[in-house]
Amino acid sequence: MEALLKLLSDNVAGYGSLASPLQYLLPMVLASLCCIALVALFPIVAVYAERKVAAHMQDRLGPMRVGGWHGWAQTIADGIKLLLKEDIIPSEADRVLFKLAPLVVFAGGFASLVVLPFGASVIVSDLNIGVLYVVAISSLGVVGIIMAGWASNNKYALFGGMRAAAQIVSYEIPAVMAILTVVIPVGSLSTQEIVRAQEGGWLGIGNWFIFKPVTAVAFLVYYLASLAEVNRTPFDIPEAESELVAGYHTEYSGMRFAFFMLAEYVNMFVVSAIGATLFLGGWNSPVFGGPVAFMLKSVALVFVQFWLRWTLPRLRVDQLMYVSWKVLLPASFVLVILAGALAVR
Amino acid sequence: MEIAVFLFLSGIAIVAAANILVQRHPIYSALSLIVTFVALAGIYIQMHAEFIAVMQIVVYTGAIMVLFIFVIMLLNAGAEQKVPDKVHVVKYFGLPLASLLIFEAGLTASRTFDGEGIPVESASINLSGNTEMIGRALYTQYALPFEVTSVLLLVAIVGAIVMAKKEL
Repeated sequence: MEALLKLLSDNVAGYGSLASPLQYLLPMVLASLCCIALVALFPIVAVYAERKVAAHMQDRLGPMRVGGWHGWAQTIADGIKLLLKEDIIPSEADRVLFKLAPLVVFAGGFASLVVLPFGASVIVSDLNIGVLYVVAISSLGVVGIIMAGWASNNKYALFGGMRAAAQIVSYEIPAVMAILTVVIPVGSLSTQEIVRAQEGGWLGIGNWFIFKPVTAVAFLVYYLASLAEVNRTPFDIPEAESELVAGYHTEYSGMRFAFFMLAEYVNMFVVSAIGATLFLGGWNSPVFGGPVAFMLKSVALVFVQFWLRWTLPRLRVDQLMYVSWKVLLPASFVLVILAGALAVR
Repeated sequence: MEIAVFLFLSGIAIVAAANILVQRHPIYSALSLIVTFVALAGIYIQMHAEFIAVMQIVVYTGAIMVLFIFVIMLLNAGAEQKVPDKVHVVKYFGLPLASLLIFEAGLTASRTFDGEGIPVESASINLSGNTEMIGRALYTQYALPFEVTSVLLLVAIVGAIVMAKKEL
């Protein structure tokens, strides 16, 4: 955002003579508009991509008709349909919380975009607690999910909400531990500092944390835990349709349901982008750096999420808790100790 | 600008805190408490205590309040019924005692801050988001209290397991 402020004051005539709160407010508004554009556009592309990926993995064609070429306009049509749909609130539901819940879930994902380092100077705000901020903000989304489950006054929704909360709270711990293995050698929580620490090395990729012994395993731990945190297969127990209809958003329709979908895809992008920042060198790249490299890495990780979803079956609840507490957590503890030992030397 | 943000955040915190008491349903009270915590975190950020702000959200909203809401939902607690106060003592002593408390707090605050505030070496704080400073202080000056707290938490964990699992 500082870069944006400098850009505005250098190139727009008379920008310095504006009132000082306005000078700071304008870049803020512009930056949040960019984030909103990303948040609105990414799910449209990602939903289409996921349907195509799923279809081709199952030897189908997927959406082919809407818009002509390979059905590219399918998600836009679906979005319009969701906008125009009747908004149903169950008569026994708690109206205030029912309306508030999708917004809280969405805000949790949206606010994480602030610290994503798209490029050397393309970042909304390089907070000095960057990674920790994402962890904190994403825990707000849990509150929204519980609110949705409870306010719907529906047993499936309530079960879905409780499963989601239990799952996200459990998997947060191994995820944070895995993040810690990167934070220890870098010595900073700022996302930009972490990316800068991965510059250079063999072929320009040698310093990425995925190519170093301890953090390579940590990447696996982080990736598995992040799958569980965004409720993706094989950890999509909160929305297991065979048992729970649709989980915590069973009772939602129209635009409110769309908000849950948006939040899910934004969260998928955020955890992948954080993975790319921490382990895959962020915007560093041997060929071309900057936002393009960053987006490619994030989208590649999102693709792996699709891939896993259409390959693996769903775990049971007890298996889910087993993986978190008895496999990932001890493994991440060992990794943190190893990372600490390596840092001391 | 700073004062406007501070007034906005503290206004939210106070209104939400009052809402905790006014609401009859425990879920609403718990959610208002979350709003208060988030507003407080905003005030911490304004004071350049980013680490504390984030910890506030991680610990209170992410862990403790989620647990609270869980328990409230599992118990299926409904809205409280309004019952006439049997204890008249509360009525007669509540207001004077509350005003005394506020007066005392104001007095202490006005004595410690004589309009100057506490000087901070903001340059060093801004550099590392005081995460490093907190870590250094915890593991050198306050190492013993820190370790004692850890043992205490460990005891609590062991106790919880013993109570939850009757047959070990």
